Amino acid sequence: MLKQCEGSHAVAEAVALCRPEVICAYPISPQTHIVEGIGEMVKSGELKDCEFINVESEFAAMSVAIGSSATGARTYTATASQGLLFMVEAVYNASGLGLPIVMTVANRAIGAPINIWNDHSDSLSQRDCGWIQLFAETNQEALDLHIQAFKLAEELSLPVMVCMDGFILTHAYERVDIPTQEQVDAFLPPYEPRQVLDVNEPVSIGAMVGPEAFMEVRYLAHAKQMQALERIPQLAEEFKKVFGRDSGGLTHTYCAEDAETMVVAMGSVLGTIKDTVDEMRAAGHRIGVLGITSFRPFPLVAVREALKNAKRVVVLEKSLAVGIGGIVSTNVRMALSGLNLHGYTVIAGLGGRAITMKSLTGLFEKAGRDELEPLTFLDLDWKVVNKQLEREKQVRRSGPAAEAMLRDIGAVAARNY
Amino acid sequence: MFQVRIHGRGGQGVVTAAEMLSVAAFDEGRHAQAFPSFGSERTGAPVVAFCRIADKEIRLREPIMEPDALIIQDPTLLHQVDVFAGLKKGGYILINTNKTFEELGLGDFLRDWPHDRLCTVPATDLSRKHVGRPMPNVPLLGGFAAVSSVIKLESVVMAIKDKFSGKVAAGNIAGATEAYDIVRAEMDEARRQEAAHA
Repeated sequence: MLKQCEGSHAVAEAVALCRPEVICAYPISPQTHIVEGIGEMVKSGELKDCEFINVESEFAAMSVAIGSSATGARTYTATASQGLLFMVEAVYNASGLGLPIVMTVANRAIGAPINIWNDHSDSLSQRDCGWIQLFAETNQEALDLHIQAFKLAEELSLPVMVCMDGFILTHAYERVDIPTQEQVDAFLPPYEPRQVLDVNEPVSIGAMVGPEAFMEVRYLAHAKQMQALERIPQLAEEFKKVFGRDSGGLTHTYCAEDAETMVVAMGSVLGTIKDTVDEMRAAGHRIGVLGITSFRPFPLVAVREALKNAKRVVVLEKSLAVGIGGIVSTNVRMALSGLNLHGYTVIAGLGGRAITMKSLTGLFEKAGRDELEPLTFLDLDWKVVNKQLEREKQVRRSGPAAEAMLRDIGAVAARNY
Repeated sequence: MFQVRIHGRGGQGVVTAAEMLSVAAFDEGRHAQAFPSFGSERTGAPVVAFCRIADKEIRLREPIMEPDALIIQDPTLLHQVDVFAGLKKGGYILINTNKTFEELGLGDFLRDWPHDRLCTVPATDLSRKHVGRPMPNVPLLGGFAAVSSVIKLESVVMAIKDKFSGKVAAGNIAGATEAYDIVRAEMDEARRQEAAHA
């Protein structure tokens, strides 16, 4: 049924349709509306046979999720930013133990400086934790990916993060098609655990593994992600058969056929990029887009295939690997190894900095002329940066940098308006 | 695509107004996207929310920097925030006030603006009268339907019924309808005056 609603609400409905049995979460912006919504459904009885557990922290949330998933319960949680970092030890355990938990990450920057706005630093900090990471472009895709995530997670016995841009998607009201219970039931079978803590058939989960088998157990995690690489496109096909729309998959291309310049990105910024590409195409630029939906496993072959005929590749990412540049671009470069094309990394939208069509147009035109630096920080205010660098050169006790830079631009400039 | 920016203060239902506007457009079968200017909102602090309305899927995710219409829920913002930033020339301006544009000190600024695109409505008073609370957001949506013709009053009424029930819904419908009538009368008057000048 078509509905105009908040992204968080759409995800809450999708999760409820997946018949979760345990939800444990700790509130943190911008994820809060999702678990609030599910909590209300549990309380009202709309979502039956589901226990909503209030936990005292994110670390507890993931610990409870591990426990409940190990008993064979379909388990869901959600977090963001510092919350994800706080649960990290348990996050690695969930994947190491092979427990198919599904978690929404409402993507938000990581402090310091403290910032509640959107970028991809939180999820991408966990790129090597063993979880599958799927990035949604729209609220419809966020909704759909949750339904696919439970199936993928449970088939492979691996946890899945569904990543959606905090605020930009979670707090946006837009049109979504909410499936029926019958459709979801037809797509997602009941959970059949590979391992379960059962008093009648006792096992232990979480053995200490020494050098004699640690590498083998770890390799198995990699092997499962390689299986996911095959399953993700199949699941998108199966999903389309039941629900009638394209959602998920490893990657998506747009206007890519004859593109000389290819822009690579993840998440909701793809919409703004596509609008920019439409305008630039109309002006005669041969430019196209590659959206990466599955960041883990990383689809090396699909990415190479999509980019190999381009002259240049611009990876625009909402994350920064301090000391080298991009995170997504480093992965993309690996897919392009041996190919002779220009590669550009663009760091954009950190901490909620708006990514505008105007800035993107200027950026892509510059890339088209191959005048872009290898590493660009989109719309960086160099005046403020240079002033601070100069201050640090002149004065030993230059004081806290963030406070000084906020003063330099005027305190109200911390917001858009 | 038609883009609306709503300015107000925390607690005045600014974000709710943008969401309800998007629901009203959805009820007309159109695509709409509403979102707040994400921040740590506090009661009384300046707040901005946005709504895009179009006949095809909306992919753009940037904040609305060049709105076709402005709804200003609190006239005291005029002296604190650059509410007019980027407003398209000849764009719609709807302000919650019982003063005139001249009295608000905007006479010179808007001298060449088409008069039938400038409207005021005492939305807080209307809300007090019909709902018993100073919530200007819903009456302003009624006023917006009148000034812009982008959405119908009936769609605003549907969005109100979607959001509220019982007495609150009835009060808001009455407030939005009266605001609609007031703005229609203002526009008719403005057009009459322009015709007289012409």
